[in-house]
Amino acid sequence: MVISLLKAFLVGGGICVIGQVLINLTHLTNGKILVIFLLLGCVLEGFGLYTPLIEFAGAGASVPISGFGCVLVNGAFDAAKNEGVVGLLSGGLAAAAGGVSVVILFGYIIALIFKPRTKTK
Amino acid sequence: MKKAKNLNFEQSYIVEGFSIAGPKEDKGNLTGLFDEVLDDDKCNECTFEKAEVAMFKKALYGVTNKAKLNVDDVDVVIGGDLLNQIVSASFAVRNLSPSFIGIYNACATFAESLLLGASLVNSRCYEKVMCISGSHFSTAERQYRYPLELGVLRSPVSQWTATGVGSTLLSSQGTPFNSRVTGGRFGRVVDYGTYDVNNMGAAMAPSAVDTLLNFFEMNGKSPKDYDAIYTGDLGLLGSGIFVDMLLKKGIDMEETRYNDCGGMLFSQKQMTLQGGSGAACSALVFNSLILNELKGNYRKVLLLGTGALMSPVTGFQGESIPCITHCVELSAGEPL
Amino acid sequence: MKEREDSVKEKGRDFNDVNMQNYKSYVFAVMPKSKHFKNIILAFVVGGLICVIGQLIIEFFVFLGVSRVDATGHASSCLIVIAAILTGLGVYDKIGRFAGAGSTIPITGFSNAVVAPAIEYRCEGLIYGVGTRMFFVAGPVIVNGVSIAIVVALVRWLFFLYC
Repeated sequence: MVISLLKAFLVGGGICVIGQVLINLTHLTNGKILVIFLLLGCVLEGFGLYTPLIEFAGAGASVPISGFGCVLVNGAFDAAKNEGVVGLLSGGLAAAAGGVSVVILFGYIIALIFKPRTKTK
Repeated sequence: MKKAKNLNFEQSYIVEGFSIAGPKEDKGNLTGLFDEVLDDDKCNECTFEKAEVAMFKKALYGVTNKAKLNVDDVDVVIGGDLLNQIVSASFAVRNLSPSFIGIYNACATFAESLLLGASLVNSRCYEKVMCISGSHFSTAERQYRYPLELGVLRSPVSQWTATGVGSTLLSSQGTPFNSRVTGGRFGRVVDYGTYDVNNMGAAMAPSAVDTLLNFFEMNGKSPKDYDAIYTGDLGLLGSGIFVDMLLKKGIDMEETRYNDCGGMLFSQKQMTLQGGSGAACSALVFNSLILNELKGNYRKVLLLGTGALMSPVTGFQGESIPCITHCVELSAGEPL
Repeated sequence: MKEREDSVKEKGRDFNDVNMQNYKSYVFAVMPKSKHFKNIILAFVVGGLICVIGQLIIEFFVFLGVSRVDATGHASSCLIVIAAILTGLGVYDKIGRFAGAGSTIPITGFSNAVVAPAIEYRCEGLIYGVGTRMFFVAGPVIVNGVSIAIVVALVRWLFFLYC
């Protein structure tokens, strides 16, 4: 278990370092960084490379947003194998539906409870 | 290129100035100089936009009370802020008796209102004019950047929008003891092709240089004719560029006391990186520090209000940032 | 203030004249640079720690008898909820202020990007405020992600069928 935690720390931290180097060099904004890493995950999974990384590093590869891209591609590909074109179109979002629904639900609930506060730093 | 004349005013007296600042601004370098400090920058309102309107109202009544006048005695209010359709300033004067002129020149709004106000009282169109300008960190942040709760790394060249409102009452009637707006120059829009929306200081510095050079060329003066020169909100980096560019054009700011309102408003410990910005910045410093200094220390002072005239839309469409600088010349009254 | 002026003068001494043509390179020469090393270390540590928390949650679900694949999905959902609450409490933006990519790239950053505008635009009502603005930072992620995923999956599927 300690080994798996260590792997998650190193791989997850490593992915964030790539992102930070990108931000430092190009001054990309938040939204663009998220999109770039998501696309990176999609493309890597297109070559079948991201699932082995998740098997190796666990949360280290599945928690970064690139893991979300991998889920989308995997979902679409697996559904396409079973259901053809219909699966291709619906499989991606279906696989990611859990995460997206949780985000929307909690976004709503939190917005009802909390108010924005001023930054002091 | 044909150049417009400088403005000269004979009877634009400064009656009184009032500043209201947010809690963070009061913890900076100008602690204790503001007339009123908010404990809570939401002013017990439910949104930050309403809080900004409330701040404007406090400044509006604050300056008239300080001058022992009523708001009804003011002929016209000239003001603006950073929000779309300058709502804060115009909402603050709704159903009040003075006429209202809404203006927008981003962070140069205050200098613009002073020049316009001085022109109006000098020409005897109006007797009493109020110049008011301000901004709020939380409303500006949402409009120009990100939601408040979004975790982002701030760029090392970015500035911090100041929270506060400054108001100044000008009059065509005054005594020799009153400080006066003696002249100035409306700037032209200058764009040196800066695209980084975080780097306002670098975008605005060339416009400040342009206005100051034209002002000196037209009146034949130099920095040593002034006790102090203040720029609006170039920030630390921007004011460095400003001084360096002027030096390369043969004007040495070491001959006078030069300071930047944005650079001096916050202290380094407050993590504002390059300092303050926003329409409140020069309005706050002018109505606290500069007016105080004019009551004894300094005889002649220049205020250069700097503004970056971009919007979030133009940024996304890949436009560079055009900037403007208005120059206001002030002179102290007879010492009491 | 004075120090920054001197530093600009020092760095800009190679420029005899500053004009519209060379202004961009002049600004680049005199502006302060990002603290690369500090930023990268912080991104590594914070990003790594968030993944470790994710891993702990996975191990917990596996311990409860959930399959590892399902546990991975559950862990992401749990992190989303935690980040949403931290955003509401006003903690997540303070982490992001230092950690940069370390708090942006993990799924928690996605959650923050959805919840932050939701809270911010609450004042404009539940329909035109929260409803329309919730995805104005994170929307591009869903839109681009779903579109490109379908294209990538199509290519992979065609290879799978015919190669």
